[in-house]
Amino acid sequence: MKFEAFSLGNTEVSIAIIYCAKIVVHLHPAPSNKEPGPYQTSKYSYIKLSFKEHGQIEFSRRLSEEMTQKRWERMPVSPPINSSTTSQAGRTRAVGIVGIERKLEEKRKEMDKNISEAFEDLSKLMEKAKEMVELSRSIASKIKDKQGDITEDETIRFKSYLLSMGIANPVTRETHGSGTHYHMQLAKQLGEIMLAPLEEQGGMMALTEVYCLVNRARGMELLSPEDLVNACKMFEALKLPLRLRIFDSGVMVIQLQSHSEEEIIASAVDNVSEKGSLTSEEFAKLLGLSVLLSKERLLLAEKMGHLCRDDSVEGLRFYPNLF
Amino acid sequence: MHRRGVGAGAIAKKKLAEAKYKERGTVLAEDQLAQMSKQLETFKTHLEEFASKHKQEIRKSAQFRVQFQDMCATIGVDPLASGKGFWSEMLGVGDFYYELGVQIIEVCLALKHRNGGLITLEELHQRVLKGRGKFAQDVSQDDLIRAIKKLKAMGNGFGIIPVGGTYLVQSVPAELNMDHTVVLQLAEKKGFVTVSEIKSSLKWETERTCHVLDDLLKEGLAWLDGQAAGEPQYWLPALFSELYSQDVTPEEASEMVP
Repeated sequence: MKFEAFSLGNTEVSIAIIYCAKIVVHLHPAPSNKEPGPYQTSKYSYIKLSFKEHGQIEFSRRLSEEMTQKRWERMPVSPPINSSTTSQAGRTRAVGIVGIERKLEEKRKEMDKNISEAFEDLSKLMEKAKEMVELSRSIASKIKDKQGDITEDETIRFKSYLLSMGIANPVTRETHGSGTHYHMQLAKQLGEIMLAPLEEQGGMMALTEVYCLVNRARGMELLSPEDLVNACKMFEALKLPLRLRIFDSGVMVIQLQSHSEEEIIASAVDNVSEKGSLTSEEFAKLLGLSVLLSKERLLLAEKMGHLCRDDSVEGLRFYPNLF
Repeated sequence: MHRRGVGAGAIAKKKLAEAKYKERGTVLAEDQLAQMSKQLETFKTHLEEFASKHKQEIRKSAQFRVQFQDMCATIGVDPLASGKGFWSEMLGVGDFYYELGVQIIEVCLALKHRNGGLITLEELHQRVLKGRGKFAQDVSQDDLIRAIKKLKAMGNGFGIIPVGGTYLVQSVPAELNMDHTVVLQLAEKKGFVTVSEIKSSLKWETERTCHVLDDLLKEGLAWLDGQAAGEPQYWLPALFSELYSQDVTPEEASEMVP
């Protein structure tokens, strides 16, 4: 479409937030020798450009410049993509824009083809995965109804199949927790690599911190959150010196078994008595621990009756329990 | 004439039939397990083939990831359940989301002292993108939400709260009930609320209003501006937009104070 700006109407309303700046570009009617383009005809004789977040002044300036210079009429002939449809010498002007349009269109089609092929293949894959899910459900119901004696080994095998497919485990026989050999291995690994960091952190670390630590160290083949939790659940069964612990608040931590409950509470009470009173933030600074875990220790000591609280908008403060 | 189905003979026959069925039952379950093992191998091959053709698609296209996840959910499969799962190993979906989980945790931890553990999805998105660097793969908000849903497995109160047209991401185990949530939603427009606004919009009594606001203050989710003209304003740092807030280092902060 050939256009020449007939008038540039600049409507700017800057007071009301709803309205945004607009530039209206009025178009000449299309000439009879118009070349093919994105649209052959249109019922509108103008284009409205809407500027939601500024830019209209700069744009209008550049548009006026281009309209004056008419650089597109001076552009060299670029080789047309589809040579079969071009023969006229007078194509110099439109090739630029139309050529770009064509290239974009082809790229889009190519991308669409890739994606739709991917989706097709994906659907087929899902069909097969669905069969696996149905089979696993059938096996699970048989196990539940005790139709057939599945040995413990076979149960573990079944669980690992479910793990591979990402199917939730419907069989809740807690022989080794919800874990598999994979989780047992993980638990043992954790038992080794977590000892030093735990010592440093006063014997306790939030599970989210452990997750970050372990995955950052791995770099690839990362653990899922569920992998970590399932591995931690096996500490006790495997007689490893770590324990998974869930506080009343829902916070999950890994704790060194050597750090006994009594020690933690006693040291918390000592610290509070020494300072008269402590908030979680102050306690955290004192111990060099996270605020979250410091709070849990104070809460624990409170639960056991050694501390009492003063809860105000200024914060939660703990005092030795003199009652 | 023989009467069928009665007498000692019939009982014995029945017992024999039952035993045979039981035996069959045993065979069936074990059979199925063996069948599953074989089918698993076949499936693995199909998945490998799919991965060789389309693994890139998953990494590049957020739209494809959404489609993929939705299809998995429909058939009852969780591709992110375990790093040891086929999906994770062969398509690399696992590493993508688990790493994102790490980045989300780190951002939330870094900002917790300021916003009490509550952050808008937008801000989280921006900061995660920034942390990933220019050359890393793009992540969408949908990706973030899925990663956060997985983080819930580790306790620690990761949650998603709808407010206005977007979401707030909670990363501390603060107990936020309906009252808290609705006040957060009210505050979303301006970043703060006042007692009278709450009372007039939600038709609450003063006591209920103050109780909820006190809770938010205690959790560090709200800051009190007692110097505001009119009545005190309760600001939510989580809702501070780029307009209001600036990242300032401790050195810069001490320079700013006269």
